[in-house]
Amino acid sequence: MADFEVPELKEEIAPPPVREGVTGHLKPFVADAKFQEPLGYPGELVDNWQEVAIAKMGELLGKYRSLRVFLDICVKCGACTDKCHYFLGTTDGNNMPVARQDLLRRVYRRYFTFAGKYFPKLVGAVDLTEEVLDQWYSYYHQCSQCRRCSVFCPYGIDTAEISMAAREIMDSVGKGQKYCNEIIGKVIKIGNNLGLPQPALADTLEGLEEEVKMDTGRDVRFPLDEKGAEVLLVTPSADFFAEPHVDGLIGYAKVFHQAGISWTLSSYASEAANFGMFIGSYENMRKLALRIREAALELGVKRIVFGECGHAWRVAYAFLNTLAGPFDFLDPKYPVPQHICEVTYDLIKRGALKLDPSANDHRRVTFHDSCNVARATRMGDFPGGQFVIPREILKSVCNHFYDMPADTIYDATFCCGGGGGLLTDDLIELRVKGALPRMEALKHVVEEYGVTHLVAICAICKSQFSKVLPYYGFEMDQILSLHQLVGDALVFEAQA
Amino acid sequence: MSVLTVVFALIFYLATAILVAGVGYRIWLYARTPAPLKIPVTPAPLTPAGVALRLGKEVVLFASLFRSNKWTWLFGWVFHFALLLVLLRHLRYFQEPVWGWVALIQPFGKYAAFAMVAGLAGLWARRFLVDRVRYISAPSDHLMLALLLAIALSGLSMKYFFHTDIVALKAFFLGLMRFDLQPLPADPMLIVHLSLVALLMVIFPFSKLLHAPGLFFAPTRNQIDNPREKRHLVPWAAQLEAGERSASTTS
Repeated sequence: MADFEVPELKEEIAPPPVREGVTGHLKPFVADAKFQEPLGYPGELVDNWQEVAIAKMGELLGKYRSLRVFLDICVKCGACTDKCHYFLGTTDGNNMPVARQDLLRRVYRRYFTFAGKYFPKLVGAVDLTEEVLDQWYSYYHQCSQCRRCSVFCPYGIDTAEISMAAREIMDSVGKGQKYCNEIIGKVIKIGNNLGLPQPALADTLEGLEEEVKMDTGRDVRFPLDEKGAEVLLVTPSADFFAEPHVDGLIGYAKVFHQAGISWTLSSYASEAANFGMFIGSYENMRKLALRIREAALELGVKRIVFGECGHAWRVAYAFLNTLAGPFDFLDPKYPVPQHICEVTYDLIKRGALKLDPSANDHRRVTFHDSCNVARATRMGDFPGGQFVIPREILKSVCNHFYDMPADTIYDATFCCGGGGGLLTDDLIELRVKGALPRMEALKHVVEEYGVTHLVAICAICKSQFSKVLPYYGFEMDQILSLHQLVGDALVFEAQA
Repeated sequence: MSVLTVVFALIFYLATAILVAGVGYRIWLYARTPAPLKIPVTPAPLTPAGVALRLGKEVVLFASLFRSNKWTWLFGWVFHFALLLVLLRHLRYFQEPVWGWVALIQPFGKYAAFAMVAGLAGLWARRFLVDRVRYISAPSDHLMLALLLAIALSGLSMKYFFHTDIVALKAFFLGLMRFDLQPLPADPMLIVHLSLVALLMVIFPFSKLLHAPGLFFAPTRNQIDNPREKRHLVPWAAQLEAGERSASTTS
């Protein structure tokens, strides 16, 4: 099935012996001019790229305190060295978070610090050579920006911040990544990652209405561009057609239907994902975020709700107010934006949904905390709500829920292996290997409790798991959307 | 006045100036650099008091390190708190009369020096024995431990073997503080100890020792989790917005 060795699942997640450069050959396709230029980046590697890269690094050091502080203060204690799923899965030393950071830190020291300028060998500072640039390209695309290392770092150094900066530097010299930049271009041009135009979207949604009518006998609507709706739902475009994502979308629609909340999608802002974050570009991230603001104004909605998507929720929860706020034109009774899980959870607590958890009795489920939701956002009004709320929903709609081992959930959760702009087939080896720790944890609950399904609230996690589960002896349809279970448990009275 | 005294007086004035100015500059740089986005690692506190508690737990207990690796935590914590005690014990060379609590901790400070050596030895051993830590260690990481260990051992050896005239030493440092030079005892081990300490002071602002002030500036740890409630906008981002607005009104 694969032209590389799939790691063996063990009982315990244990750090492997370090090997050097074993995944140095893994790198995603480089973006060519037609994907670079619309984003404001050079089409190919510029002649004076060293100069441009160092100047860009200097600019970023002045703009981001995280970068400035994190490059200075690492003491190489090693606390992070066994925390990255890519290191655990690939064993490549450069996939240890500190070693990954050092690829940039060595160059920072050489050009921006006294010690690196005058005693480079002593402090491990190096010149920015073509070889270093290649290493950057390879290893900064082997980081899913999941922040697990940052949880364990005594100073909170976040490798995601370093890899975002590195990617922005590479974009600025003309060495961008095709997958991310092509997608950002599509959102700017059409409105979503898939490049799905309005008529195609309308068609898809109509198909879903028919499908739900057949299943439930109810006229559950999937409105598009309807002015005056109360809620603008912004969801990852994978929800429109991919499995198991689309079952989640059906679940949201059923929730809104039963709660009597009027809602609409927008064809202009038909994408929750914001890949601008993956490439560390404030400007591009902002451009995409502004579409949501414009759509909300245009449609005259009172609330903005986000569908199940991990990093999208990070950009929405933590950055949207900064990038595209203030949202003083929305109903102040609700946080801006809200997560669909917050909406559903509130409705369940108020008794506004009629649920029959036995509808899911054929499923024994566990919950995968998506990295960006877990470590970069919140749900509800208390710290840790992002862990509690999805689990409470799950327990209300399903009788058989079991958590994976404690060191693999909540803020210690392992990334699915496909986040951070790496969900592309040119990185499949990395994706399979990076999924190892999660697969080990899953195996544990499968054997211990007979778990049949892994439930997630992230479009990337869902796509990644459908792809990699079979490599580890599971079935691709063992990954479900949380709102699929909600939708299946909702009880509809026969339509009058 | 001996040449030695003058040279060491100059060394310590210079080292102090470099330490204070260097670290001060770094702190100014960190404080001046904006953090444009809300990036606390969550779950994060919702109030300023919560953030103070979070940072306090990191500074006093090394909470995240404890979660990460018990050995590194043990050696690291023992080293840092032994160092703190040793430093406080040294305060007596810089004050007359000696504060009561400084006198009180003297007996503990003595044992702290041994704990400090043990902690450093443990941390250094990890750089050789754990392959992951070996992989990430640069020469400077080894030398930093060597320097700290040499300072601790030279200090200890004066306590137990090569005694120096500490009354004269105290007079020297009090004199430095009052700009009234007093002779420095010419004992080799003291000269070694003081030279290494001066070296450490000079290296501080140019090295990873900046983790001490840096910890307080990490946005991942010091930010309040309230992005939905309060709009966070730094000047360069506001400028970007204003630029767009004026561009759209003129076009």
